[in-house]
Amino acid sequence: MAVATLAPAPRRSTALAPRKRTTFAIYFVALVLVGLMLAPVAYIILGGFRSNSEITVDPAGLPVTWQWSNYTDVLTSGVFWGQVGNSAIAAVTTTVLVVGLGLMAAFALSRYTFRGRGAVYALFTAGLMFPMTVAITPLYILVRNLGLMNSLAGVIVPQIAFALPMTIIILVPFLSAIPQEIQEAAAIDGCSRLGFFWRMVLRLSVPGVITVSILAFIGSWNSYMLPLFILNNEAAYTLPLGTQAFASQYAVDTAKVLAFTSLSMIPALIFFSLFERRIVGGLTGAVKG
Amino acid sequence: MVSLHEEKRVTATASRHTVPAGGSASVLPPAGVSARSGAGGRRARWVKRGELSLLIGPALIVFVAFVIFPVAMAAYYGFFSWSGYGPATDFVGFRNYITILTDPAFHEALGHNAFIVVMSLVLQGPLALGLALLLNRKLRFQSLIRVLIFVPYVISEVVVGLGWSLMLQSDGALNGLLEKIGLGGLATDWLSDPGIAIWTLLVIITWKYVGFAVILFLAGLQGIPEELSEAAAIDGASYWQIQRHIVLPLMGPTLRIWAFLSIIGSLQLFDLVWIIWGQYVASTAGTSTMATYMVANGRNAGSYGYGSAVALVIFLISLTVALLYQRFVLRRDTAGALTGGKN
Repeated sequence: MAVATLAPAPRRSTALAPRKRTTFAIYFVALVLVGLMLAPVAYIILGGFRSNSEITVDPAGLPVTWQWSNYTDVLTSGVFWGQVGNSAIAAVTTTVLVVGLGLMAAFALSRYTFRGRGAVYALFTAGLMFPMTVAITPLYILVRNLGLMNSLAGVIVPQIAFALPMTIIILVPFLSAIPQEIQEAAAIDGCSRLGFFWRMVLRLSVPGVITVSILAFIGSWNSYMLPLFILNNEAAYTLPLGTQAFASQYAVDTAKVLAFTSLSMIPALIFFSLFERRIVGGLTGAVKG
Repeated sequence: MVSLHEEKRVTATASRHTVPAGGSASVLPPAGVSARSGAGGRRARWVKRGELSLLIGPALIVFVAFVIFPVAMAAYYGFFSWSGYGPATDFVGFRNYITILTDPAFHEALGHNAFIVVMSLVLQGPLALGLALLLNRKLRFQSLIRVLIFVPYVISEVVVGLGWSLMLQSDGALNGLLEKIGLGGLATDWLSDPGIAIWTLLVIITWKYVGFAVILFLAGLQGIPEELSEAAAIDGASYWQIQRHIVLPLMGPTLRIWAFLSIIGSLQLFDLVWIIWGQYVASTAGTSTMATYMVANGRNAGSYGYGSAVALVIFLISLTVALLYQRFVLRRDTAGALTGGKN
């Protein structure tokens, strides 16, 4: 308001007032939406600080006395950290391999001309239509025949296969956008096509690589259906399976279940918030026609 | 209505000209290497072939072995009555398929999937578009607001399922809250009342996946040159006029790709239903899906032949929907990438 009254020209002051009201409305709407999106998450996190009797008496209340013990119990249990370890191994291995294989394939598809190039690309694109649900029963039989039941490898390899289509679709526009001149200049300096891939492409495609890495990491970290089929042994459980097992094992101890659940979502949240800006930027090439 | 067709054409041409990077989700941009590769004659050709197999080979092998091959296996085992152990020998022809197609439980599940497909588009589309437009404005704490709105999309289905099911129990937090604010009359059994459960599921799905649509839409909005909106603003267009007549038409390709991914995702829905309702309650509460039907009657019943047949039915339904969508909706965006390809 101070700005509006100080403004010299009357034309300007009338223009500012409605804009301020609009700004206020926008922030209000944003606040309400953020509140709606966060309320269930807040319920889980705050519930972990309550006691079971509090939850029974007043299910929608705030913690009266903050029970840190729910969280410390989970954090000091070997079971939780074992599952964190399994999830981390699966997510990191999946991410590294899917980005490696995806970059190589996307490089070939975007910088080479060869017969069947369109067909190979179409094959990978069609992979978007084969989500894991359809293949899960035979995939389970395949993994069992390969002797990979109850091992993280049995989860990692299929995850790579199913993450490849999205990875390639996002990376191809990035690699295509690298100017031909750079490659020619590299060739003149005696750099082979594969040398160009190692020395230049890897560095120039970093934004796209970050996007696909985050998607692959979060996809693996949260993956439920495949581990449900492949991992029957509690020692091999990843965090989602472990969280569910914990919830049914301690069904009466709601507060501790909520504490376990909140702790299990932290890594993906940190990872995502660090790179959120990069995700949107990295997808721009892929979603626009 | 009059300008609908024109608008789409403008979209197609405008987006093709304004995006320097080129290439939509499925249009393969031209490669640039051909000029050099022909130069060295036969040896160079073999070198190139070697490089190509080194580069594409590993990805292609993993993809075919673990994505394409299992679907082919499903097609094979679908003709057997098979418990999953030893070779499948009890050939039953089309009996599994006849059972599936005449099972009322499968019809129900299919109906739920169809309902979820339609309602996900109707609920998430406008909401996500509004959110993306909001987040695309210059706001204070913009980055923070974005991260917070994406939180549900980032956390796992297990967390979402457990959290919501505890919250929605009949003695849970939502009913408690309703009573506190004097709306105790609205308190109900959100999860097991067959008239309500599917709507509860839709609310949870919307909450969980709207963030994904917002991410895609934000990426699409970033591809629209600011000059267009600025020029329109100089010509006196209001904010809403600009969004309606310039931004929305240019968002066409992004919206169509999102709708495609949303439809396929809705047809394959499994995790949330399985975690919240489980195998038995899902069918009595009216939230079963084709995928939960598949797992309940396949693996969990020890009938891998039958489960494979259900998988193939889900696949064929998804494929048909996808191809129809490609044929009639995505055609101008993808130039036939899925149906043969001209590249």
